[in-house]
Amino acid sequence: MDVMPKWADVILIPLISILLAAILSALVILAIGENPWEALKLMVDGALGSTYGWGYTLYYATNFIFTGLAVSIAFHARLFNIGGEGQALIGGLGVAIICLYIPWPHWSLALLGASIGAAIFGAAWAAIPAFLQAKRGSHIVITTIMFNFIAAAVLNYFLIGALKAPGMEPATPKFPEATHLPSFQDMFNFGETTFFRGAPANVTFFVALAACVALWALIWKTRLGYEIRSFGHSESAAKYAGISPTKIIMVTMLISGALAGMMAINNVQGEAERLVLNAVEGAGFIGIAVALMGRSHPFGVLLAALLFGFLYQGGAELALWTSIPRELIIVIQALVILFTGALDNMVRMPLERLFLAMRRAKT
Amino acid sequence: MDFATLLQMLDATLRLATPLLLACLAGLFSERAGIFDIGLEGKMLAAAFLSAAIAAVSGSVWLGLLAGIGASMLLSLIHGLASITFRGNQLISGVAINFLAAGLTVVIAQSWFSQGGRTPQLTGDARFNPIELPFAEALQNVPILGPIYYELISGHTILVYVALAMVPLTWWILFRTRFGLRLRAVGENPAAVDTAGISVVWLRFAAVGICGILCGIAGAYLATALQAGFVKDMSAGRGFIALAALIFAKWRPWYALYACLLFGFLQAMSLRSDVIENVIGFQVNGQFLDVLPYILTVVILAGFVGKAIPPRAGGEPYVKER
Repeated sequence: MDVMPKWADVILIPLISILLAAILSALVILAIGENPWEALKLMVDGALGSTYGWGYTLYYATNFIFTGLAVSIAFHARLFNIGGEGQALIGGLGVAIICLYIPWPHWSLALLGASIGAAIFGAAWAAIPAFLQAKRGSHIVITTIMFNFIAAAVLNYFLIGALKAPGMEPATPKFPEATHLPSFQDMFNFGETTFFRGAPANVTFFVALAACVALWALIWKTRLGYEIRSFGHSESAAKYAGISPTKIIMVTMLISGALAGMMAINNVQGEAERLVLNAVEGAGFIGIAVALMGRSHPFGVLLAALLFGFLYQGGAELALWTSIPRELIIVIQALVILFTGALDNMVRMPLERLFLAMRRAKT
Repeated sequence: MDFATLLQMLDATLRLATPLLLACLAGLFSERAGIFDIGLEGKMLAAAFLSAAIAAVSGSVWLGLLAGIGASMLLSLIHGLASITFRGNQLISGVAINFLAAGLTVVIAQSWFSQGGRTPQLTGDARFNPIELPFAEALQNVPILGPIYYELISGHTILVYVALAMVPLTWWILFRTRFGLRLRAVGENPAAVDTAGISVVWLRFAAVGICGILCGIAGAYLATALQAGFVKDMSAGRGFIALAALIFAKWRPWYALYACLLFGFLQAMSLRSDVIENVIGFQVNGQFLDVLPYILTVVILAGFVGKAIPPRAGGEPYVKER
């Protein structure tokens, strides 16, 4: 029997972990001579105080939903896909090729095509580490780390070579007009009042929401999801039940890579409308923090992605108005990963003891 | 390519291999004791920053080195706490440490020195200077051996020689001392070590601590010897190349030296693409040379060229009660 009620596991522990991370972050801000309360107010104001701020927050959140889901599905099979960064980079390559070389008549078709392209490219980049894990037992964490570096080099190779636009910058040409996705500004434009003016949030946000629902259904409502979860709980038991480890590792990692790759329709097709170097900007790694905080549940991932979207946009505002550099967000991200992931037991053990004592007191 | 260019390239190889070697041996101690460490990168970065900062403020590179080791040890302690005491996931802890270092170094550097996340340039005694080995000048004109001694072997900073000396020392500690035997045992079968009445927790903390010291030296070397000051993200993936070298070396000290020299040579080549073009007659993409260590490691991991088998208990927290 579980020591703790379920709500404590899914709500209380993450909340305490975030609180610990927040307290430490506040101490860091204090230590560099700024006021944490003022900083928080500035962040809330900058990220949530206007539709412009919300537009950025939701744009970042869209990236993190995709990468967070990618890490989550792998976690369910007890695989640690640290290669979301590389898969998203290569996904961007897929989006660029599809947008540049196919004459799309309308953005909706282009979105569909680019999504498929991004997913296939991302999945392909995850396929090699997955195959090596399944067939040769090579540790997937190490291989996916290596593939992140290789992906950056591959992208660089194409951006200074075959896909490069005329000029000095290593980037592709602008995508054609027909592939441009409608931004929130286009969608929520009511005559005089235009919401989300100038913000990069776009229709991809709804694709991300759909991905959350689809992944939830896949994990908890299908036979494949059941197999993935049982493999994650016990590989030997899954094998005994006739589940093929090779198949589960391959399929899980392909889905994971596809999700990470699909991030590219947001940042490459939706925002930049061309492919540039280092387009992912660490979102692949933030997926790890998001998945850990969201307890690998799509709804949790959505909430965690929104929180990180807020942190990203708020952090950018902080860097603009105060002397606190943007890198503070990386510190917060590290603390969240540390407390919700690695030091989980530090929070959990005393809580479990508390709940045990409470139950004894009752009986 | 003439003899002088070759010597220059090998000289650069030695300089670039040194931080890899130190970090690789650091990982060797940790992973041999069953603690995976993908936080080598972060520890190096933290050490690079604090060593440069303290050296800049105090003017003494030795104080800087100590501070760098201290910063790296602190992160090691967090890693140990998470992965040994609280039996958390060692890989996730390593990821967290990398980000913690990447963020904190810039945040602190910015508020301390206000130079866009760098430390001031180090000069004079605030950095490690090359040391001339005895008779290097006098023997310079001896054919072949003279230039080799003068150019290649002499004239490095003390940390290069420390790193090279660490290879036999690591081998001796791991394979010829009681501590080393126990350390390797705890990475293969911690339950057996526990049954023998030796503390698994203490041994693993010792290994993680040694890892911290070596990473600290590696980071200090980056900021106070290889370059003159800290810049943002200056470890530039070296921690991961060291990790790759560790797998390449199959967790053995002497092989670690060879792997690091090979990867150092690749780095030296990508800096001198003109030389390669002269030798092999066509241009090699510098990007390709940069990622070659990673590609080689994947090939090794795939087991097509000899199988790399990690310590058996690696990555698993030890739970005493069953």
